Amino acid sequence: MHKLAISAQNLTKKYDTGFAVAEANFEVPMGTICGFVGPNGAGKTTTIRMLLGLISPSAGTAQILGESIDHPQRYLPKVGAMIEGPAFYPALSGEENLRVLATLGGFPIERVKELIDTVGLTGRGGSKYKTYSLGMKQRLGIAAALLPNPQLLILDEPTNGLDPEGIQEVRDLLKSLASKGTTVFVSSHLLSELELISEYIVMLRKGHVVFAGPMKDLLLKSLPVILVKTASASDLDKVVAIATSEGHHCIIRSEVAHIEAPAEWAGTLNKRAFDAGIILTQLAPQQPNLEETFFEMTGDQR
Amino acid sequence: MIRIIRAEWRKLRRPTLFFGTLGAALFFTALVTSFIYLMIDSPEGNADRGQSVGREVLGLASGSVNGFASVGGLLGIIALCVFAAQTAQEYTYGTLRNLLVRQPGRMKLLIGKLIAMKIFALLLVLIAAAVSILNSYLLAGDARVSTELWFTSEGFRAIGETILNVTISVIYFGILGMVLGLLLRSPISAISIGVLWLLIIENLIGAVKPVTLDWMPGSQLQTIAQGGTPLLEYQHALILGTSYVIVGALLAGVLFSRRDVAN
Repeated sequence: MHKLAISAQNLTKKYDTGFAVAEANFEVPMGTICGFVGPNGAGKTTTIRMLLGLISPSAGTAQILGESIDHPQRYLPKVGAMIEGPAFYPALSGEENLRVLATLGGFPIERVKELIDTVGLTGRGGSKYKTYSLGMKQRLGIAAALLPNPQLLILDEPTNGLDPEGIQEVRDLLKSLASKGTTVFVSSHLLSELELISEYIVMLRKGHVVFAGPMKDLLLKSLPVILVKTASASDLDKVVAIATSEGHHCIIRSEVAHIEAPAEWAGTLNKRAFDAGIILTQLAPQQPNLEETFFEMTGDQR
Repeated sequence: MIRIIRAEWRKLRRPTLFFGTLGAALFFTALVTSFIYLMIDSPEGNADRGQSVGREVLGLASGSVNGFASVGGLLGIIALCVFAAQTAQEYTYGTLRNLLVRQPGRMKLLIGKLIAMKIFALLLVLIAAAVSILNSYLLAGDARVSTELWFTSEGFRAIGETILNVTISVIYFGILGMVLGLLLRSPISAISIGVLWLLIIENLIGAVKPVTLDWMPGSQLQTIAQGGTPLLEYQHALILGTSYVIVGALLAGVLFSRRDVAN
């Protein structure tokens, strides 16, 4: 059994216009859910395509389930994937589309009905794909990815077009697959969703990996913030002065002071404010979430 | 390989494609065959480009498939459209990436798809041949054409040879369609360029400079279907037509196996 589901070394794709992916290095351990995040155009889909043997890297290499990406036929039978949204034949039914892929991959045809039910398309499997809503198409794409009963599942934006209930179902499905040992490598722009399910994160920015590792390590990289409100707006400047004198960076946004400091420093601040005669109406230590960390690390604006 | 062929067949057998294509093939087959018998005494001729096919020729052992050989070029164009659409749509629908994830052997995938489409073309040819022969037999009486020699051993040999020639021609047309589909990655572009070239451009060039028809790809493939014509020898057409198809297939094969799948 390999310890790593995915391992990339200096994986690079260069086009005439520049680098889509530049010397990407990251590892995804087996049996985890790994979020793959980055702004639009960061190189996520290009990376996924290289991992699946659809485009050839300009330099570097990667291993999937211990096999080099130079030999996709050795690992793809154990990999399920949905790349850049679902893509099927409009004139065929959902079930028939899955049967085409099941036949091609040599998977049992009986699995088609089972997967149609798993992804919540019961009763609509016989309808033509062109009649499906975006959410239904997305569900069919996930079903197709699950056909091989994969050891590694690679999903590119699987929750696009799904309603909140559908998103919850996909989240539960991915968790359930991971609990059975399937490694899930999932890209999504819904960072709050990824934060809920991912143990690992690979973060891309302009083709470069800016972080790859456990989610908790990523969140620790960002300093916690204490949000402070005072009874009198003029007292906020005094709070800023207290924080700055103790070496903590502080800014005021919408009459709230944001102080970068550990949660335990909130007690010290409370005492200093009391001593200075400042009445605090809010004192809330906050751990930054994935979204905040993402914007901080990728340098993009919210 | 069997899995690839079966998977492709699932797409080819869908009723709108299968019966639509068959309907078009049978329509042209019946039309061309009927014209030969119904217009047998017409001063404008009853065959291609105002030529006449008389009772003596139709009464020969090969008479039963005379009409079918004439329709070979049209069947080829239908095959070109089907092969081009089936190949190029994988790019426009984005389904190629699904296929390659399930079957990463690109040449294997391409050959499997081609075999499935060849089976489709063969079925098309066999059904069209049966309809053409039956139609010819039914119309021969009224046209006072003798059918005595049609079903002799020589007649059956002529039927076999014609079916083989039309099949080769139709498959060659289809491969050219597949090549266009792979090169252009758009069904509309592949079909329109293919049909425009075969039906219009090649004929226009041929009308201005007839000697060019000795070298044009469409002309070679139509001649193969007819088993040779007074203007172009069968062997010349077979060698040249096969060369065109091999060069095109090699070019498309190399491109398909090396090109990034980025859509």
